[in-house]
Amino acid sequence: MAGILVFIEQRNGSVRKASLEALSEARRLAAGPGLPVSAVLVGHGIGAKAAELGSYGAGKVFLADEERLGRYSAEGYTAAVRAAVEKCGPVAVFMAATALGRDLSGRVAARLGWGCLADVVGVQIEGGAVVATRPVYSGKALAAADGAGKPVVVTLRPNVFPAEAGEGKAEVEALPQVGGDIRAVVKEILAKEGAELDVAEADVIVSGGRGIKGPENFALIRELAKLLGAAVGASRAVVDAGWIDHAHQVGQTGKVVSPSLYIACGISGAIQHLAGMSSSKLIVAINKDPEAPIFKVADYGIVGDLFQVVPAFVDEVRKLKAEA
Amino acid sequence: MKSCVLMAHVPDTASVIKVSGAGDRIDEADIKWIVSPYDEYALEEAIRLKEARGGAVTVLTYGPERAQQGLRECLARGADAAVHVKGVERTFADALAIARVLAAAIRKVGPFDIFFAGIKGVGSDNSLVAAMVAEFLDIPHVAGVVKLEIGDGKVTAHREIEGGTEVVEAPVPCVVTAHKGLNEPRYPSLKGIMASKKVAIQALSVADLGLDEAALAGAEAGCRWKALALPPAKSGGTILKGEEDPAAAARELARLLREQAKAI
Repeated sequence: MAGILVFIEQRNGSVRKASLEALSEARRLAAGPGLPVSAVLVGHGIGAKAAELGSYGAGKVFLADEERLGRYSAEGYTAAVRAAVEKCGPVAVFMAATALGRDLSGRVAARLGWGCLADVVGVQIEGGAVVATRPVYSGKALAAADGAGKPVVVTLRPNVFPAEAGEGKAEVEALPQVGGDIRAVVKEILAKEGAELDVAEADVIVSGGRGIKGPENFALIRELAKLLGAAVGASRAVVDAGWIDHAHQVGQTGKVVSPSLYIACGISGAIQHLAGMSSSKLIVAINKDPEAPIFKVADYGIVGDLFQVVPAFVDEVRKLKAEA
Repeated sequence: MKSCVLMAHVPDTASVIKVSGAGDRIDEADIKWIVSPYDEYALEEAIRLKEARGGAVTVLTYGPERAQQGLRECLARGADAAVHVKGVERTFADALAIARVLAAAIRKVGPFDIFFAGIKGVGSDNSLVAAMVAEFLDIPHVAGVVKLEIGDGKVTAHREIEGGTEVVEAPVPCVVTAHKGLNEPRYPSLKGIMASKKVAIQALSVADLGLDEAALAGAEAGCRWKALALPPAKSGGTILKGEEDPAAAARELARLLREQAKAI
């Protein structure tokens, strides 16, 4: 019976949390209609990870373990995913909407002649077909979309669906060697200095905007972020001013995020920024202008000088953490 | 080198989005349309390549009549030629259909040595079309590029991933999608604007490409929007006054986040 196939992303042999979220969601969806859930794991020297995926819901894991798949390539990985699709004939292929998943999904969908529902925040099965909710116009609207009567590739936004470990060991089936050219080749991976948590993956984000007045004051934002185990975000204004790297930008021309907690410091809330973060589960705003649009989407906020409020808040959080 | 830039014409990022009466797309009444911001980086890279190595830049789009304005703007910025595949938008927001049309157009008006596109169109936010075009043309792609070097018959591209950068080498022809940081796009010059008015935009229909737009939107469609809605409006946030006693406001905020929201 046609079920759901989940592509599992690993980096240096570690399975990405966002992939476990996608697999967990597939299991939840499949439980009702009783559909089988399979996974496909691609890389080199990663075989030991395959059976463990059973605890997140995979009944079967297709394993493509080859030296030339050790580093990601859209072409090699597409061939591997297609081989798994041919084995199990799924109604949908799920992937995490990470940098890799968003890169791979288009290639996979085109090779299969399917559509792709990208970066979804909700997914259901209606009449045997997948229907997903996805933010469009950078979150200014939500579209309910389906695969137009065909199977479909779905990429699931990280941090939206809970990953749930349970019981179970998966049956592992090795895929035959993947054929085809790999023309675009990763030569090297350069890690960012300090290896900061990326806003796209973070469960908590502390962001700074023009109100922080200068690049040196990101120290204040970083201090609060570190205390909360959060990623550091930024508005477009401060990225364009060169205060912080674009990788931190949240908003329509940066990253669209949905963390559990988003703390905006000195960000007034331009429509493009709100589009990128308003689907956060809890929003806290600290800004000196009571009329700032950010307060309209905030669950909690303080009108005040962030240079006084943020250090005081850091002290209070530190006290709470000490009590706990 | 002959390069081709894939352009998406999208609502201005400052636009307020409203749902149309039909309930499955946006109300276009007050929308100003722009060249997708990431496509500006793509075009700039193609123009710089031409300036350094010679060749020509062709901009290609698939869309309704109004997309011509976007092509004109690209010409004013320095593109040499523009191709407009006119559609009636039944394939709206379906990356698979759009990519099929663009790949067919490239086969007709090409060949090209390299293709550029933005990492995403700031519209239906699929971020899929460029990779799909590459797949249909059977050439490699590199997405989200922040630094690009073009060597003999190959490109070396730095692509942004979570927490770092991948350095990818690919032979040409290939598709490169541009991320913010790749370059600083130029504004159209007055001379460019004047010159662009003399360029004839090549207009093609989907049928000219040997494709059936009704089938692309029907039996061959990859996805369809069933409904469009605005996100639920938020209201009733707890906003504390912290002008006079910031420490007290900070203490209260920490308490609320711990006890009420259970977030810290």
